[in-house]
Amino acid sequence: MLKRIALAVLLVALATPALAQEKLKVVATCSILADLVKNVGGERVAVAALIGPNGDAHVYQPTPSDAKTLSEAKLVFANGLGFEGWMGRLVQASGTKAPTVVATKGVKPRKKDESGHSETDPHAWQSVANARIYVANIRDGLVAADPAGKAAYEANASAYLAQLDALDAEVKDAIAKIPADRRRIITTHDAFGYFAAAYGMAFIAPQGVSTEAEVSARDVAKIITQIRKQKIPAVFLENVTDRRLLERIGAESGARVGGTLYSDALTDGKGEAPTYLDMMRHNVKQLASALSS
Amino acid sequence: MIYDHLIAPFVEFAFMRRALVGTFALALGAGPVGVFLMLRRMSLVGDAMAHAILPGAAIGFLLSGLSLFAMTTGGLIAGFVIALGAGVVARATELKEDASLAAFFLISLAVGVTIVSLKGNNVDLLHFLFGTVLALDDPTLLLIAGITTLSLLTLAVIYRPLVLECVDPGFLRSVSRAGAPAHIVFLALVVMNLVGGFHALGTLLAVGVMMLPAVIARFWTRDITAMILIAIVSGAISGYAGLLLSFHTGAPSGPAIILVAGVLYAGSVLFGTTGGVLRQLFPGRHLEA
Repeated sequence: MLKRIALAVLLVALATPALAQEKLKVVATCSILADLVKNVGGERVAVAALIGPNGDAHVYQPTPSDAKTLSEAKLVFANGLGFEGWMGRLVQASGTKAPTVVATKGVKPRKKDESGHSETDPHAWQSVANARIYVANIRDGLVAADPAGKAAYEANASAYLAQLDALDAEVKDAIAKIPADRRRIITTHDAFGYFAAAYGMAFIAPQGVSTEAEVSARDVAKIITQIRKQKIPAVFLENVTDRRLLERIGAESGARVGGTLYSDALTDGKGEAPTYLDMMRHNVKQLASALSS
Repeated sequence: MIYDHLIAPFVEFAFMRRALVGTFALALGAGPVGVFLMLRRMSLVGDAMAHAILPGAAIGFLLSGLSLFAMTTGGLIAGFVIALGAGVVARATELKEDASLAAFFLISLAVGVTIVSLKGNNVDLLHFLFGTVLALDDPTLLLIAGITTLSLLTLAVIYRPLVLECVDPGFLRSVSRAGAPAHIVFLALVVMNLVGGFHALGTLLAVGVMMLPAVIARFWTRDITAMILIAIVSGAISGYAGLLLSFHTGAPSGPAIILVAGVLYAGSVLFGTTGGVLRQLFPGRHLEA
């Protein structure tokens, strides 16, 4: 009897690390991507995000531990569209053999045409239709890397796609309730181009496409003049830039200062937007309540 | 025309008026402090102290976000600790004060950058380093004004020992024991003014509005009172012209202010009446007699 128990314990002890190793180690570059991968991968996948919750991708500096994470990964998910300018070098430096899946493959890229910039806008996930493309790419990438889990990945993906459909309908519904002439806001970080195009809102930014740019007095003056002239009803803040500047603009232009919109990073578990679905719902709720006159 | 370019921006936009008030207040408080730093050959101490403030502000930021109170308190505490620590090490060991200060501020800077990055995210370090003079809200303006008031009053109290220690420290030691306390109070003023400047211009450029006006003033007079006045005025001019520069050309506002001060400095080096280059090449008539 004792022997049998000992044998069972030994077997369990041997089996546990084997089970743990079955999880496919993958790396996603940012928290939003990591959340999507988590939903498609489910139990079979362990996801690490290089840029964690609340991080600012535009000022991210890869660390040695990031290179280590990469070198242990079997698969890397990147957003593409120029979002991770440092990715190529980091992949090379880490010596990882993991293939990189570009989640935006097949997304129609938006050019930033304002003020002469022709940079591509990388924040494609701000349109739920694009998130569907992300999910499909992630599913295909996971199936290719781990064919044994094909059925699970496909089931997870279609369940999540259904959730995305519901979300898309929800967003459209909420925006439709805002009077058409009030669907204009100002926000610090020009990351909502895809959202604007998909749902018929105008987002006007006081800064360029990147948070790296220092604001000048001319920019602030322009934006205040613009709000006054066009009677833009609300100004919004974002989780990665200076809150005081927008409050100043709001106070001076008479626009309502809305809550925080999350654009390129999720919050941690305690925050308002720990998942992609939460983030989109939160943003739409904020927009609706600030613009609903 | 002139009105449109030079005055209208401030009439039309409250944020420009606030920025102007903020830079004027900074110039008023930091100018005199800068003059004394320069006269005591401590011009680079301001720079070191500015870096030393970073970890305190970063800890404040970690604890309660972009909170004025937390970041100010953190910055003040870090600044005082570094100033006192460097002083203690300098008196208790063989190491000279500048060397121990260098050690302290470098450690402090590394701690600051580590803390900011360790939060697990990359929240813009640039906001610490460069600040936003355009986003001065009421509490920040009151803080800067309060610091300026306090530092002017304190300077008035310790003016005599401070001046004496600049020109003849041996004499001061022979007649009074006010030298050491005055020195410590003065270091506290340096820290306070840097913390005030840090909200408007960031840790890097706050030193600029302290030291550049002082060295500009040095080229125009040998009299301390006049030097302080010139420093204040040139600081204020830099603030005003820098904001206009940023308004008309789109240059980032903090660096624009310091750049204008830099241009004033270059002009003073060339044309200054006290030791300026041209003055030395073509000495005035009165020297011929």
